[in-house]
Amino acid sequence: MTPVLDVAGLVKHYPLSAAWFGRARGQVRAVDGVSFAIGEGETLGLVGESGCGKSTVGKAVLKLIEPSAGSIRLNGEDITALKPAAMVAHRRRMQVIFQDPYSSLNPRMTAGNIVAEPLINFGIGNRAEQQERVAALFGRVGLRPDQRDNYPHEFSGGQRQRLGIARALALGPSLIIGDEPVSALDVSVQAQVINLMMDLQEEYRLSYLFIAHDLGVVEHISHRVAVMYLGKIVEVAPRAALFEAPRHPYTEALLAAVPVSHPRQRRRRLVLKGDVPSPINPPSGCRFHTRCPIAVERCRSEEPLLVADTDGHAAACHLREPAR
Amino acid sequence: MTGLAVSQPVLVVEGLRTEFATGEGHPMVAVDGLSLYVRRGETLCIVGESGCGKSLTALSILRLLPRPYGRIGAGRVLLDGQDLVQVTEAEMRAVRGRAISMIFQEPMSSLNPVITIGRQIAETVMVHEGLDWADCMDRALAMLRQVRIPEPERRLQEYPHQLSGGMRQRVTIAMALACRPRLLLADEPTTALDVTIQAQILDLIRDLQAKTGTAVVLITHDLGVVAEMAERVLVMYAGTKVEEAGVEELFDNPTHPYTRGLMAAMPHLGGAGGGRRRLHEIEGVVPSLMARPAGCAFAPRCELATERCRREAPPLVGIGGTHSVACWVTAGEGVLA
Ligand SMILES: Nc1ncnc2c1ncn2[C@@H]1O[C@H](COP(=O)(O)OP(=O)(O)OP(=O)(O)O)[C@@H](O)[C@H]1O
Ligand SMILES: Nc1ncnc2c1ncn2[C@@H]1O[C@H](COP(=O)(O)OP(=O)(O)OP(=O)(O)O)[C@@H](O)[C@H]1O
Ligand code: SF4
Ligand code: SF4
Ligand SMILES: [Mg+2]
Ligand SMILES: [Mg+2]
Repeated sequence: MTPVLDVAGLVKHYPLSAAWFGRARGQVRAVDGVSFAIGEGETLGLVGESGCGKSTVGKAVLKLIEPSAGSIRLNGEDITALKPAAMVAHRRRMQVIFQDPYSSLNPRMTAGNIVAEPLINFGIGNRAEQQERVAALFGRVGLRPDQRDNYPHEFSGGQRQRLGIARALALGPSLIIGDEPVSALDVSVQAQVINLMMDLQEEYRLSYLFIAHDLGVVEHISHRVAVMYLGKIVEVAPRAALFEAPRHPYTEALLAAVPVSHPRQRRRRLVLKGDVPSPINPPSGCRFHTRCPIAVERCRSEEPLLVADTDGHAAACHLREPAR
Repeated sequence: MTGLAVSQPVLVVEGLRTEFATGEGHPMVAVDGLSLYVRRGETLCIVGESGCGKSLTALSILRLLPRPYGRIGAGRVLLDGQDLVQVTEAEMRAVRGRAISMIFQEPMSSLNPVITIGRQIAETVMVHEGLDWADCMDRALAMLRQVRIPEPERRLQEYPHQLSGGMRQRVTIAMALACRPRLLLADEPTTALDVTIQAQILDLIRDLQAKTGTAVVLITHDLGVVAEMAERVLVMYAGTKVEEAGVEELFDNPTHPYTRGLMAAMPHLGGAGGGRRRLHEIEGVVPSLMARPAGCAFAPRCELATERCRREAPPLVGIGGTHSVACWVTAGEGVLA
């Protein structure tokens, strides 16, 4: 079956402005050859530390930025080179929910109009039909119909996120990109929004690219998970395989760093040394070699490829290649 | 535990009420009758969701409430027996940074952007220890080493913006512990950091605490951080303490419906088990300070709420050992069973 989203060899390099780096010209290699696919009704979780390129992947897929190389296919159709006018038809099928519900909603529009806007822009239905659809969406995401006349600042963080979800659903998309959609929410409210997203997925067979840095959240919502480090995917696997039998040393370190869930599980754990290196001059060979506890000489010079085993569990590590 | 560790608490807060003056006579109460204590070498975690009054509790202890409206309306803050609510502002300045240090979520707020890292640390040392400048710079270098900043000589010459977030937080920890404070208040010190960096910082706080015997009050909204760090835990909801216990007891027997809800709502690793499952939801939202309900503040969201809960606020009662809870229904469970 054709995947809903198919990304191949995606690269995004940002030129460095001269002001930042004197005369030395260079580029931020934000995303450096990323490939993945998402099937119908599937959630791919995308995790990694700050600056590894998660949002850049999301923005490239949404065509909010121009990729430097690679291709993006939506429902089988190559949208990489489409001009804005030609994109219009595809925009309906792909929607986004951002982390910060405060800044992603127009503060001067009523909640009802925020949700109706995409319908109006696409000329879908007459006024009455639009109102009816908005009311239904409000009900579906757990907002009261009378809240349609309120402004974003009159909503709590979780309610604003529901509003963002209602708006994203208005056009009946097949793919929703969530860029840290629950990261700013309190635990109790976060649980409400995660459950809502999972319910809606079942109901509408939605596909999600779910970007997050919280591994617990990602484990809950994802069917498959991709781990990024410095612009590359270093491991991708079905959820259970990734969390129970990670293959890449970086994934292991990420999991080890997550706080325990009960005080009796406290342990001396593997703590990664140092910080993530700069994406302007990423390390040679394997990009993780400067922090990898098991690196060998070969890792400095030779870049490991992302090799999948027969279960679709892929990792990019010289020492952890699948048994043949 | 050594004999010292079970001695008198370093900090005792009794009946703290923190309020904001409003135009309409009645002040807005943000922290309501909070009591806590922490002993030498011990870590007390304060946990609760956004707006429950965690930061204001720390700021009250240091008397750094937002001016002009914030004030301590009632209560005592005893540091080794001395009531900080009563001392003069000059005495308070001597307490801050020496007897009590604080680190914040955003390290930039405690660093001066236009002064090099080395000078900032050296100045802190100078103010409190009165060493000469060269000795202070030596101390600064030693401290960067102690918090395991790579290339410490180079970092001394750099400005805060040239450091990563994790390195900046290590610098603020170095500064906070420079004068071996009796008490460290850490307000969400790792919330803005990635998990691998969070793990480094939590390890660092633990190691330094073991060396200095500093009492730590660690504020967080993350029960995972509590499970990693706390000896004792205080759960806050809407400005009040709703539950307090030793950390294992709290995780084994969470008793307040809010604490139970929080634990069930939190996605944790391995929690998904075999398949994706729904998380437990706590319906509704935290009440705003202006609209705090009469009776138990959790009642509008509580599945167990009774008429009495909506009328009358439950008192905090002991339910065995050092475990206490403020709930009409669940506090009695053990007794009834
Ligand atoms: N417009 C831009 N110009 C130059 N560099 C950029 C730009 N946008 C992002 N970058 C850089 O690209 C890299 C990847 O950024 P991105 O926002 O994709 O990371 P992220 O994984 O989403 O991080 P976070 O978890 O902090 O949101 C970072 O080093 C960032 O500084
Ligand atoms: N300067 C202020 N004026 C009025 N109200 C304030 C002020 N500062 C804080 N508050 C209110 O006091 C309450 C407690 O705030 P506090 O900052 O202590 O919360 P917190 O538990 O630290 O939350 P967070 O997890 O978001 O940091 C909040 O409802 C907040 O809106
Ligand atoms: S390739 Fe080498 S450096 Fe990279 S993760 Fe594997 S062992 Fe570590
Ligand atoms: S006192 Fe009543 S409303 Fe409050 S937490 Fe207990 S059962 Fe729930
Ligand atoms: Mg991002
Ligand atoms: Mg706070």
